[in-house]
Amino acid sequence: MNRFSYVRVASVAEAVREIASAPPARFIAGGTNLVDLMKYNVERPERVIDITRLPLTAIEETGEGGLRIGALVTNTEAAYDPRIESRYPLLSSAILAGASPQLRNAASVGGNLLQRTRCYYFYDVATLCNKREPGSGCPAIDGINRIHAILGASPHCIATHPSDMCVALAALEAVVRVTGPQGERNIPFQDFHRLPGGMPEIDTNLARDEIITYIDLPSKGFAQNYTYLKLRDRLSYAFALVSVAAALEMDGEQIKEARLALGGVAHKPWRDIAAEALLRGREPSAKNFAAVASKVLADAKGYGSNDFKIDLARRAIVRALSQAAARTPQSQTDKRIT
Amino acid sequence: MTTYIGTATSRADGYAKVTGAAKYAGEFDATALAHASVVASTIAKGRIARIDANEALSVRGVISVLTHQNRPRMASDDSAYKDDVAPKGSPFRPLYDDQIWFSGQPVALVVAEEAEIARFAASLVRVDYNQQAHVTHLYRQRETAFALESPTDPSQNPFAPPRPRGAAEPALAAAEMRHSGEYYVPIQHHNPMELYASTVIFESGGKLKIYDKTQGVQNVQRYVCSVLGMESDDVRVLSPYVGGAFGSGLRPQYEVVLAALAARALKRSVRLVLTRRQMYGLGYRPAMIQQIELGANASGTLDAITHEAITVTSQYEDFHRQETGWSGLLYKCANARYAHKLARLDLPTSCDMRAPSAATAVYALECAMDELAVALKLDPIELRLRCYSDRDQHSDRPYSSKSLRDCYRQGAEAFGWDQRNSEPRSMRDGAELVGWGMATGIWEALQVPITVRIVLTANGHAEVSCATSDIGTGTYTIMAQVAADMLGLPIENITIQLGDSTLPQSPVEGGSWIAASVSNGIATTSKAVREELLRLAQQMPNSPLAHATPAEVMLADGKLVSKRDGSRAVSIAEAMQHGGVERINQERSTTFEHAGPHAHNTHSAIFAEVKVDEQIGVIRVTRVVSAVAAGRILNTKTASSQIMGGVVWGIGMALHEETLIDHKFGRIMNANIAEYHVPVNADVQDVKVIFVDEPDDAINPLGIKGLGEIGIVGVASAIANAVYHATGKRVRDLPITVDKLQR
Ligand SMILES: Cc1cc2nc3c(=O)[nH]c(=O)nc-3n(C[C@H](O)[C@H](O)[C@H](O)COP(=O)(O)OP(=O)(O)OC[C@H]3O[C@@H](n4cnc5c(N)ncnc54)[C@H](O)[C@@H]3O)c2cc1C
Ligand code: SF4
Repeated sequence: MNRFSYVRVASVAEAVREIASAPPARFIAGGTNLVDLMKYNVERPERVIDITRLPLTAIEETGEGGLRIGALVTNTEAAYDPRIESRYPLLSSAILAGASPQLRNAASVGGNLLQRTRCYYFYDVATLCNKREPGSGCPAIDGINRIHAILGASPHCIATHPSDMCVALAALEAVVRVTGPQGERNIPFQDFHRLPGGMPEIDTNLARDEIITYIDLPSKGFAQNYTYLKLRDRLSYAFALVSVAAALEMDGEQIKEARLALGGVAHKPWRDIAAEALLRGREPSAKNFAAVASKVLADAKGYGSNDFKIDLARRAIVRALSQAAARTPQSQTDKRIT
Repeated sequence: MTTYIGTATSRADGYAKVTGAAKYAGEFDATALAHASVVASTIAKGRIARIDANEALSVRGVISVLTHQNRPRMASDDSAYKDDVAPKGSPFRPLYDDQIWFSGQPVALVVAEEAEIARFAASLVRVDYNQQAHVTHLYRQRETAFALESPTDPSQNPFAPPRPRGAAEPALAAAEMRHSGEYYVPIQHHNPMELYASTVIFESGGKLKIYDKTQGVQNVQRYVCSVLGMESDDVRVLSPYVGGAFGSGLRPQYEVVLAALAARALKRSVRLVLTRRQMYGLGYRPAMIQQIELGANASGTLDAITHEAITVTSQYEDFHRQETGWSGLLYKCANARYAHKLARLDLPTSCDMRAPSAATAVYALECAMDELAVALKLDPIELRLRCYSDRDQHSDRPYSSKSLRDCYRQGAEAFGWDQRNSEPRSMRDGAELVGWGMATGIWEALQVPITVRIVLTANGHAEVSCATSDIGTGTYTIMAQVAADMLGLPIENITIQLGDSTLPQSPVEGGSWIAASVSNGIATTSKAVREELLRLAQQMPNSPLAHATPAEVMLADGKLVSKRDGSRAVSIAEAMQHGGVERINQERSTTFEHAGPHAHNTHSAIFAEVKVDEQIGVIRVTRVVSAVAAGRILNTKTASSQIMGGVVWGIGMALHEETLIDHKFGRIMNANIAEYHVPVNADVQDVKVIFVDEPDDAINPLGIKGLGEIGIVGVASAIANAVYHATGKRVRDLPITVDKLQR
């Protein structure tokens, strides 16, 4: 860990001033990702801006039937908020599928969005990595890539975004509210994270001098037919190999609207709107679900150790959609797959 | 006479541990303590071309940067680096010269006023290398692996494969039923909770008092003396508590050498705590490719076994155990042949880890036996009973005791094995396929030479000391139990001293040999105390024990009592007062003749239930029953914990654990416990431990065999066999992950 200066800010405006003017700086919220990365010398900020005292700790009604979650609400507070539990159980479930109670108690909602990939090479400065050191190469492509992307990767980076919460937020079409020197703006969730392309060092479309202030949830919560199905290498406390957030709006026996987002498979939570559309007006059947899975995975590509993820994702999509349709969402405590 | 032995006495050190009062090696303080941090190599093979420490040295608070170029003198011959349990070869010497043997090797040590400064400055040390081509891939070295010869005299290399018996190949060729399979276990790391650490306290006259994380304080003490050329009286090593080690602390590790070097260079006390990543540069369980071939006749008895293994070691030492011999030991079989090759990789030397050799070799054997049972259409327990062996076939001796049949019976009963439908994929629970598998476990019941001192005071308090360690297994507790019973005192009156190199001799704590050895040592020394008390009691006028022989008296309730007539008694206080002694101080050494008339082993039968989601392939281990025969159980609570821990580890071995190496960089990529997966609570459900009765008066007077390692042996195979039973799919390389079920 390098030497750095530390400042605690009291207002969003001050936070933005600090980040805009300081030398290489980072906000610190829960610190559960940033501090690890600093210990590994992957992040070497010269200045650390403590935002934990900012007044962004509430969950409020938006006035349009939705909820506004402050960026500093902890993962635990969000997961167990009664309004989120009843109106957005998909979000609650996805958060509880991630990390451990201790980490969720410390981790913030804003920090969760900006957590970095778990690619082994990214974490080890003794190796090369385009995301860490642009232009140095991507050893994961023909190295250890069991946990890497099968969708949307580039020849420069095949890392995945590791968050569970973000997969649900993508499916729910949340909006990320940010503030920068030019004022506030809204980023639709789908546009928040990027694909690696030729610039894997940039994870998101948040500008360097912007801060996340809130996450807005639209009114539609899919509280009846939803599931978050996470598959991993042990039954808890591991990042997703593949995860699926599925939400359906039913009209009698027919699907009126479907939402489907995948985690652990791409550089961002992977949502395929065209595939979702295949379900509109259809019945929830294994055949229809399989068609969706085929569409989502049509361009999927493995890199060796992660080839299995394509088939695993296919099965997981079908299963998750069945869980959502049957109103038997995956429990995050009983590890049997429902 | 046995108030405490065999009970569920709670840990003597439990309170200190949960309240944080128990101090570990990295927690001891000293005046003007300096802190060190290791700079580790980033390449796997080559030479150090240049080390530039200028930037590190310019950081305020940095005291020194030690490298192979400026360190204090170290011994120059291999023999100085050979610790008590070193394998054949030329041991690793930290900071010795410019040679790089493995990625993660320490190449410099930064010493600073604070730990954070040291760690920061360590990141500023620039090391240039002349890199050479490395190999870290076992399968790539398969062809160049070299065979271990079996010497005619097994004592020359007790870990070489046993000599063959009968003629395995012709017997295989003639067998009515054959099964052959190749099984693979990857490299695994110990990952004890406590980080490796050494606090070296620099005392007047340059003496060193060293708190080190180790399983053997005297081993470390001798090693430090010989490596640094110090006198025995000038080095004292202590390790009062150990936060797990599992074999990684049997040999002295490099943290102790580096901390001691720095303390001597600076004439200051120094603490070094390794990082989790750096601990992956210590030892590991060697990866193992195994080929097993079994030949049986249709009635389910074995005609032939061949077991061939290739295991991993470093470029500079030949670590191995007798991996293949377990196959010819566990089941009755007239013809057996073994072969063992070592593959050299550019990694540190592999080392012992929980049930070394048995955990991996018996895994393969027990999966092969399961496959044979399927081929023979026999219940897997039935096959094992037909092959049951009452003799150790390597040495052709009977066992001092072997209650494995009871393990099968009681384990099967507790598990409900008779409800099993032998057909794979035949049992289900909703969307999940249910699989029931079983396996046998075996380990040695070893005893080692040990010395125990007992100091008994007239007020009925005793201090029992021995330089052994308590690596978290409960040694403090069982020592107190045995001493309390042998001396007839309440357990509160017993003080245990261990983990200090100045105490009476003990070898390293490993192999599950300490409980039996130290208990026997306590019993023997207690006998000497009793005889001394009797001598004193008999000097009393009108002594009620005037004519008693030592064998006729026992110690109970603070008194020396005649076994024939309980009214004839002299209290400890009386005897000592009359004799005019304030304390009785006795020290005895015990040894054990392993070449005696009996063979000694512990056994177990493990039953596992898995549920596998048919569509997705997620495996859950829902039940495990482990029935263990390990002689007399000293403490049912600590013993169950040991076995339960072994079961948990077996679940990890079966489903989770694997050290991932990038062979281009020759580097371990998941060197932390977020990415190196071990079981978490959700992975461990219903675990039941059964101890079957196993009286054994031939092994030692108390009938103790010791346990610990036995807990893990066989567990991974029971789970692998259950996965097969559930899915019809045999996965022969561990861990069994979701992708392998899809193959
Ligand atoms: C062992 C382990 C296991 C884990 N398992 C999982 C898992 O299974 N699933 C999962 O989803 N997650 C998992 N996590 C990750 C965890 O969810 C994240 O570390 C956490 O959400 C990050 O939040 P934080 O507040 O601690 O962020 P910090 O570490 O404080 O910050 C992370 C990044 O976000 C930036 N940042 C924080 N807040 C803001 C803001 N308001 N505006 C702009 N930038 C900001 C920081 O500058 C930093 O770059 C795991 C973490 C660990 C250590
Ligand atoms: S996948 Fe991305 S993060 Fe991983 S090594 Fe390649 S460039 Fe770096």
